[in-house]
Amino acid sequence: MSLFHVLGFGLKVGHLVWLLCCSLVSLLSNNWVAGDGGVMGTKASFLGDGGKVPLNWLEKFLGNVYKIHQHYYQGSGSKKVGKTWWRKLFFAWIMVWSVISLWVFWGMSSQAADKRKETLVSMCDERARMLQDQFNVSMNHVQAMSILISTFHHGKYPSAIDQATFARYTERTAFERPLTSGVAYAVKVLHSEREEFERQQGWKIKRMDAHVQKPVHKDNYEAEVYELSPVQEEYAPVIFAQDTISHIISLDMLSGKEDRENILRARDSGKGVLTAPFRLLKTNSLGVILTFAVYKKDLLPNATPEDRIKETYGYLGGVFHIESLVEKLLQQLASKQTIVVNVYDITNHSHPISMYGSDVSYDVLEHVSSLNFGDPFRMHEMRCRFKLRAPLPWLAIFTSIGILVIALLIGHIFYATMNRIAKVEDDFYKMMGLKKRAEDADVAKSQFLATVSHEIRTPMNGVLGMLHMLMDTNLDITQQDYVRTAQASGKALVSLMNEVLDQAKIESGKIELEAVQFDVRSILDDVLSLFSGKSQDKVELAAFISDKVPSAIIGDPGRFRQIITNLVGNSIKFTERGHIFVTVHLVEEVMSSVEPEMELSRNSLSGYPVSDRRRSWEKFRTFNQDGSNMRFSSPFSNPISLIVSVEDTGVGIPLEAQARVFTPYMQVRPSISRTHGGTGIGLSISKCLVGLMNGEIGFVSTPKVGSTFTFTAVFGNGCPVSGECKSWQVNRRSVAVDESYGFHGMNALVIDSRPIRAKVTRYHLQRLGICVQVLSDMSHVLSDTSICNMKVNMVLVEWEIWDKDPSSLAILRDRLRNTAESRVPPKLFILANSAGSMRMSSSASDAFGPFVLMKPLRVSMMAASLQRAMGIGNKTSNCNGDSPSVSLRNLLQGRKILIVDDNRVNLRVAEGALKKYGADVVCAGSGKEAISLLKPPHNFDACFMDIQMPDKDGFETTKEIRQMERAYRDSLPLEDLFSDSRDQSSKWHLPILAMTADVIHATHEKCLEKGMNGHVSKPFEAEQLYREVSRFFHSSPDQNE
Amino acid sequence: MDALQLRRQLIEYTAELFSEGFLDEQFTQLQQLQDENNPDFVVEVVSLFFQDSERLLNELAKSLSQQEIDFKKMDAHVHQLKGSSSSVGAHRVQRSCISFRDFCNAKNVEGCLECLQKMKHEYSLVKDKLETFFDLEQQLSTTGGSPPPP
Repeated sequence: MSLFHVLGFGLKVGHLVWLLCCSLVSLLSNNWVAGDGGVMGTKASFLGDGGKVPLNWLEKFLGNVYKIHQHYYQGSGSKKVGKTWWRKLFFAWIMVWSVISLWVFWGMSSQAADKRKETLVSMCDERARMLQDQFNVSMNHVQAMSILISTFHHGKYPSAIDQATFARYTERTAFERPLTSGVAYAVKVLHSEREEFERQQGWKIKRMDAHVQKPVHKDNYEAEVYELSPVQEEYAPVIFAQDTISHIISLDMLSGKEDRENILRARDSGKGVLTAPFRLLKTNSLGVILTFAVYKKDLLPNATPEDRIKETYGYLGGVFHIESLVEKLLQQLASKQTIVVNVYDITNHSHPISMYGSDVSYDVLEHVSSLNFGDPFRMHEMRCRFKLRAPLPWLAIFTSIGILVIALLIGHIFYATMNRIAKVEDDFYKMMGLKKRAEDADVAKSQFLATVSHEIRTPMNGVLGMLHMLMDTNLDITQQDYVRTAQASGKALVSLMNEVLDQAKIESGKIELEAVQFDVRSILDDVLSLFSGKSQDKVELAAFISDKVPSAIIGDPGRFRQIITNLVGNSIKFTERGHIFVTVHLVEEVMSSVEPEMELSRNSLSGYPVSDRRRSWEKFRTFNQDGSNMRFSSPFSNPISLIVSVEDTGVGIPLEAQARVFTPYMQVRPSISRTHGGTGIGLSISKCLVGLMNGEIGFVSTPKVGSTFTFTAVFGNGCPVSGECKSWQVNRRSVAVDESYGFHGMNALVIDSRPIRAKVTRYHLQRLGICVQVLSDMSHVLSDTSICNMKVNMVLVEWEIWDKDPSSLAILRDRLRNTAESRVPPKLFILANSAGSMRMSSSASDAFGPFVLMKPLRVSMMAASLQRAMGIGNKTSNCNGDSPSVSLRNLLQGRKILIVDDNRVNLRVAEGALKKYGADVVCAGSGKEAISLLKPPHNFDACFMDIQMPDKDGFETTKEIRQMERAYRDSLPLEDLFSDSRDQSSKWHLPILAMTADVIHATHEKCLEKGMNGHVSKPFEAEQLYREVSRFFHSSPDQNE
Repeated sequence: MDALQLRRQLIEYTAELFSEGFLDEQFTQLQQLQDENNPDFVVEVVSLFFQDSERLLNELAKSLSQQEIDFKKMDAHVHQLKGSSSSVGAHRVQRSCISFRDFCNAKNVEGCLECLQKMKHEYSLVKDKLETFFDLEQQLSTTGGSPPPP
């Protein structure tokens, strides 16, 4: 069997198996995918469409697999089905391939057996044919001899042949008769001729049958051994014999049983006749005798037996020594070792007589070839068998085992894959469970944080409230500053708690930004005062805000402050000397100015080198593209972009850690959190918040030099028209601040060698309404006599200069004191960090100074210090320009407000509270009453509504009001609808605020969802009330201030 | 008793009310809301509170004595009482309202009854205290002393 056969067979089998698998899978899946109908369908298609079967089945198979997957993911039920499905498939696969491999084994081994049989047949037939041929050759020769005898013995008289001639002739022609061992001639002698014959020959006719059984060993005894033949009708004594069988001369052949039969048959048929094999005389080996009759004349082919008998002269017999002869014959052939040959005489079928061969064979495979020795009466056959048992069909075994192994491997891969998939999916579900649990835990955490921070907020509100009350008492300015700081810190604490809450919100992406009006400058002041106690002595905190930044911007002050607080707090932790400098500019301003930055990097605030901060924003999109793109995404109608930088001279961020600065909970080293504290979320929150403000954050850091963090943020401009805004801004600064502090119109001289620091000082003084002149050197002051002539109210000197050259300062002091008696001499101030002040306190000072101005500079503190030193009265002590209650009063003055609450007490309290702020209040005791009052067009400016009311709660009432408003708006003529007047729009959209004791954030969201505009806590908290109300009222133009 | 003494007494009494938790900062805010335009604001609100509370407490007692207790209705009543007490600053009444609500949500009649007693008790206490407070204030104003800062 060739390898190609195997391959071809394998391919066919593979194809079959593929079809089988497909059908199996389809049936299996259909069983539970489509039910019985599906199975019927697939069967029908299988039977019906034979040609396209493989394709269809492939498609169906794929389709089913897809379905299986779909079902698999639907739940645990189908999951189990899926599991059993592939397990079944696996077993089916193994079964199918086992059957296939058995089949292959069977096929190959049977082929091998066939081949073996074929070999045997061919070998056997070859042997039989050869034997037959040789036999026939021998027989022909014997026949030829019979002619010879008839010619030369009987045809001549006296005979030309005698025993010696015959013996010599036969001896010399023995090669012609390869199978005969001897030839003898017996003549037909009738009894009447016996005596004559015996006399002629000189011996008596003897019989042979009596001695057949007797073993004969010696030729010497033969004469004595054979008895004389009894009287018979006819005799056939041997007269000539080859030397090999000369002992049979004179024996009557008719006396031998086989010979007699043979002779009689031979002369009847006229052909060569064979005896059954028998033990030969003398040699006692198996032999066959061939007998030919010799006739007196040529007989016709159709001569009767009687004619033949009459015409018979005698009989020529050839002895065939079958065993030795066959042996000889087989030796001539190749591979005689492999097969065993048996020759049988099967004339008598039930008792075949073995003529040759032994039964030494273990093989059952046998081939029988019939032999035709020319005697139709006698039947012979040759039985061949292999000597050895058939070898095991190794090729078949290996092939089938190979197929099985490959199938098992594939099955195993499949099984393992499915196992793996199942395991992964199990893991996936487990993970899903764990994820859900983690999320639940996260929710629980958020709830816990919400609860805790709520619980903390309540006492903190007490603290803040008390501080607020303390503010209203009669305090001097220093005390007020302390209270302000305490209050700011308390507020920072509250906002910190909100930040903790925010972290959860940021994580869930649910953070919202407020949009209220605020002042960047006061926010920075707050931040600085918050950190003023925390920074190191040698670190100078400073803030600078560009004049171009409007004082009122709209955005989320808390978040803005949070970002700055985070950045500054971060810087403070890592800065031990030098400065932390916060600058706020408009983006356009920074983009347009390039060159002053060079100056900055050389000459920083404290003189320490700093990183080039422009590099911190060089990756910002705003700067790379046209900055105007940012505006379109802004939620504000009139956006301004601020850029805020926080520059420090700290240790800097190691280069390898710079990549993960904004990753939450990541710190440069774990040890950082031990030395500096903090959770590491600040910067990530900041980044998130900056992103929400449509800005970008970046940083540049040089180890051992410092870091600069820069971010941009988009806010709304506090005043819609920019021109108006500018003037308003200037106005406000010079007028409002002036009035509250009383410094307007004053002149100040700042002596500072560092331009940046001088700029900061000037910025703060200008905020107080003071005109500032900066001189960089003390010598200038001393040399420039014009100073004395100038109307200078105060001189501010940097501590550095003072420290360097106290003597010249003393001169300055004296000169200032002695300038002009006519007016108040200028006061001398020292700008100092806390470290400087300690030493300063010991130095002498009098009514003219030097007074100490503590850094960080901020408006309220500076104002207080200056007022104390300048002796300006406490006339502004009660004036708190930024206080919400005042703003609130401004906002609410004259507003018509409806309050809806079912609780009379609450109603009364709310009424009292709003009336106190100057509002015109109308009360309603239920939702229905409110609805009846609030028919659009509205003549109220706002509505405060309790949520929880009997009959109709706040949400329902709001819903109805909104519906009425919609109906009203739809009924309005178009020109009214599009008229830009604010009055008009407020007529069909009333701001409704929920009043609730519940301050959880969810309530706020729910309020917005239900169509309300916000919510205020109950009882009213001035600041919150302001925040909420200002959203609707802040830009109302009809409000007179 | 002169005005100064009365004034000190009033301040001490107020401090006591606050420290014992009868009142909280809301009462202070209430006092702040009182001005020339609205001279009797606090008294007005507090008497409203008294009326409301008595009505609500009676309602609650009635509800609880019934065979089938309408917890929803009771909850609404308690909510009202809680709202008004917190508006006035009657802190301890408010606290007891919260615990009543918890019992009410749990439908615990025993707890409700117990709590109602507590509420009544707290209410009468705060009523007494406030009446005394107003008496003192009245006396102070009649003697011509300036009221203490809220």
